[in-house]
Amino acid sequence: MSILVDRNTRVMTQGMTGKTGMFHTVQCKNYANGANCFVAGVTPGKGGQHFEGIPVFDTVKEAKHSTGATVSVIYVPPPFAAAAILEAVEAELDLVICITEGIPVHDMINVRYQMEGRRTLLIGPNCPGIITPDEIKIGIMPGHIHKKGRIGVVSRSGTLTYEAVGQLMEVGLGQSSCVGIGGDPVSGLKHVDVMKRFNEDPETDAVIMVGEIGGNDEEICAKWIRDNMQKPVVGFVAGLTAPKNKRMGHAGAIISGGEGGAEEKLAVMEECGIRVTRNPSEIGRLLKSVL
Amino acid sequence: MKIHEYQAKEILREYGVPTPRGFPAFSVMDAVENAQRLGGDTWVVKAQIHAGGRGKAGGVKVARSGGELERFAGEMLGMHLVTPQTGEEGRIVRRLLIEEGAQIAAEYYAGIVVDRGSQRVVLIASREGGTEIEEVARDAPEKIHKVAIDPGKGLLRQDAADVARKIGIPESAVDAAGEFFMALYRAFVEKDAMLLEVNPMILDRSGRLLALDAKINFDDNALYRHPEILALRDLDEEDPAEIEASRFGLSYISLDGNIGCLVNGAGLAMATMDIVKLYGASPANFLDVGGGATVEKVTEAFKLMLANPKVEVILVNIFGGIMKCDVIAQGIVEAARQVALNVPLVVRLEGTHVELGKKILAESGLPIISANTMMDAAKMAVDAAKGH
Repeated sequence: MSILVDRNTRVMTQGMTGKTGMFHTVQCKNYANGANCFVAGVTPGKGGQHFEGIPVFDTVKEAKHSTGATVSVIYVPPPFAAAAILEAVEAELDLVICITEGIPVHDMINVRYQMEGRRTLLIGPNCPGIITPDEIKIGIMPGHIHKKGRIGVVSRSGTLTYEAVGQLMEVGLGQSSCVGIGGDPVSGLKHVDVMKRFNEDPETDAVIMVGEIGGNDEEICAKWIRDNMQKPVVGFVAGLTAPKNKRMGHAGAIISGGEGGAEEKLAVMEECGIRVTRNPSEIGRLLKSVL
Repeated sequence: MKIHEYQAKEILREYGVPTPRGFPAFSVMDAVENAQRLGGDTWVVKAQIHAGGRGKAGGVKVARSGGELERFAGEMLGMHLVTPQTGEEGRIVRRLLIEEGAQIAAEYYAGIVVDRGSQRVVLIASREGGTEIEEVARDAPEKIHKVAIDPGKGLLRQDAADVARKIGIPESAVDAAGEFFMALYRAFVEKDAMLLEVNPMILDRSGRLLALDAKINFDDNALYRHPEILALRDLDEEDPAEIEASRFGLSYISLDGNIGCLVNGAGLAMATMDIVKLYGASPANFLDVGGGATVEKVTEAFKLMLANPKVEVILVNIFGGIMKCDVIAQGIVEAARQVALNVPLVVRLEGTHVELGKKILAESGLPIISANTMMDAAKMAVDAAKGH
């Protein structure tokens, strides 16, 4: 078991024939069961072609009907990415993972609005994707740093997630699934949505939650954990030293309007029974200590 | 991206939001001419900088004669305006807004933001105009009224009027206030804004609503479809190092400390700053070289950090995913060849092609302090700064 995706997931890649899409499709296909998982690509106007033996379709609907793929990963450039997500929603896929960074926030507000009441889940945008180690990798994370195990990881950041995974490996712990939910202010699944799934997953024993400044997703998740979570959670929030009103790289990583500071988030997380550290190099050891 | 008040008011006027009449001035002569164009005998001279809190700092003055106007304009242009939002160094005033005076009967706050909680655009209004909305939110949250706006329907006339009544706008001006809010919302969406504030929105003695101040921040990710907004960018208001960084696609923020940090990924970059602080020093910058960094980008990143006289140590922390450690290593070697590396350099490489990256650094002959973990790297950097 794992959450959201596993070795049996069938994936189409929207924007597969662009430079980024081609590179990562090869990486994903070569990881674990990837050769069986990545079954279709979608690029309007390139239907009928093949890339690395994977058939390309003009539309998401055709790709779904011809291959049975129910999950999509998106590398489409920012001006067209929102339309790509909506096409996947329209085709009633189960899950869309949008890697694209730099989508206008008003486009994402519209996407979230159009997704209301629909079956499709969204991860991202501006995220590394999701990996269930030794089964499937959908996204841009380096597969080789992971191994199968029983720790869940959910994070708003890419490389900081790799750092946390690296530390887990140092203390000998593998991962059930690692989910990068992305650094944008308007996006799909939040910390709490992923946390609920880890709570229900019989093969996850504990969870690392990595947050960063901006918004209050971490606080919402912390309160849910206090009331519902059956498993230990450890946390870290990046940006203790970040100045106010400055966007720290990610569009969503900004302390503004008196909201979103790291110290405030850590305080709420602690109150809710989450073991937190202010030292980003202690995440792995802290997790090991709560098992 | 930020713009000046006078530019924000020009945009709002396009959408039918009433504002006082006014013109920008770049010199005392401009200011005098603007006052003549406006007519009347009272003008407001407003310093144009990308920061709030100008009034209390002496950046807003009412002139009641031509002589006063000339004097205020002369004093303000070129002054270092220090407000709670500028930091100690303040900002040099290079532009003014000369406006007709307004007769204020009542002040309100109107703002529009992207609300992460509801994942929608939200209208915020309050009867506490003229003060920071964060202060009102803290001290008197009951005075703040909000409406989450349905993206399919836009801001409804009924909702806009409701908010107007809740903040105490007199019944005679409720319709106008509704129009005012609806126009703000249209401007917000069409121009891809992230934040729009009219503080204060005033009712003047003749019963007219006016945007007495205006602030708009735009979504950098949407500027590709707004060349008219991009044209309003004022590079004088931005940090030169941050401008230089943006030319190379680097995400860079200047800070006050002495340890230059070069990291891949925004989250890891913030975490690196945090761990530097934890071990007793301060970061000189936030710098995310991104996932697709080239040797050239890394070289430019080094030049940026070394140009900062406060930097006493450089700390490189890379967890290679897509970014390969050998590319970073080549960038470091190339940078050291192009610019004198006159401070200690601590490097921690991990992830994709880490062995190759370490080999390149070892063979370069550069005096690099190599660290295996993030914690070691931070400790070594802090120690090196003490010894420097």
